[in-house]
Amino acid sequence: MRHLTIGTLLIVTALATWVLPSRALGQANAGKTATRTSQADGLSAWQQMYSVLTHPRCINCHTATSYPQQGDDRHHHFANVVRGPEGKGVPGLNCATCHQEANASTGVPGGHNWHLAPLSMAWQDGNDKPLSSVAICTAITDRSKNHNLDGPGLLKHHEEEALVLWAWQPGDRLDGSHRAVPPLSHDEFVAATRRWVEAGTPCPKM
Amino acid sequence: MATYQLTVNGQRRNVDADPSTPLLWVLRDDLKLTGTKYGCGISLCGACTVHLDGIATRSCVVPVSMIGDRSVVTIEAMAQDPVGRVVQDAWVAADVVQCGYCQSGQIMSAIALLKQIPKPTDTNIEESMGGNICRCGTYVRIREAIKAASQQLK
Repeated sequence: MRHLTIGTLLIVTALATWVLPSRALGQANAGKTATRTSQADGLSAWQQMYSVLTHPRCINCHTATSYPQQGDDRHHHFANVVRGPEGKGVPGLNCATCHQEANASTGVPGGHNWHLAPLSMAWQDGNDKPLSSVAICTAITDRSKNHNLDGPGLLKHHEEEALVLWAWQPGDRLDGSHRAVPPLSHDEFVAATRRWVEAGTPCPKM
Repeated sequence: MATYQLTVNGQRRNVDADPSTPLLWVLRDDLKLTGTKYGCGISLCGACTVHLDGIATRSCVVPVSMIGDRSVVTIEAMAQDPVGRVVQDAWVAADVVQCGYCQSGQIMSAIALLKQIPKPTDTNIEESMGGNICRCGTYVRIREAIKAASQQLK
């Protein structure tokens, strides 16, 4: 019994000397794993966001050209409407000439302060092709191009901006058919943005 | 039905209307200001253009409930407007009008342009007037008249 007790004590001591550093190391590794998981989750969340940002309801007003687009085929806006110096059209043909504070029963979409995103926030190239996931992520996190928004600022923009919200309430076309909405619900989009922000707004590599 | 207090051509006007009634029909039917024309009803032709706080606006797609305290100005007030008077005179001098149906909208858009850009280029004119359709094809004379009016403006 005494022999067993001493042996047990030795084993316990040996285990303790092995387990405690291992546990400490494990905790450190767990931290690294959490960071890696968070990055991976953030990148996954970004790809979800990318699917929304390149949807016609969003990208039609994030053009790189001098005009807005319209429709799911993203064609040149009716009547050769142009961007104008502030993204709100030109005198005589402003965005507000037709687009009011809410969708009209006539099929004209509307929302508060209808306007184009500035060229620094273009999410497509000059040929109306959506930019890559890397390029948009790089642009959207560049505070010199995004009105100096940090991660929480971007999250707030996605949560509250009237024209972002409009993408999920785009109204009906003149023929009564519904305009398509982005592939995620607004709640899912915000949740993805939150995960991406919490992960440190990671961008995919080239 | 609801009652709305509108400022139209500088005058306060009370209107009883359904909230969804387009401003166009309030102007024409309730206030008897028939210079503003119904063309397409879906903001595609520009015949119904008025100014809301100075911005050329298609009155056929603006519900009366959304006017708020914005000032409404129609073609009827343009003869007393300094820029409006010049533009209308230029229109007459250039003999722009053929059937005339779209012309009040054309003039309202042209005035909105000239108030912001008194010396417009051809590109300015094309960009600003692109939403006003004229089935008689008076576009060349419209451009001439805008340029002529521009020369009269400081």
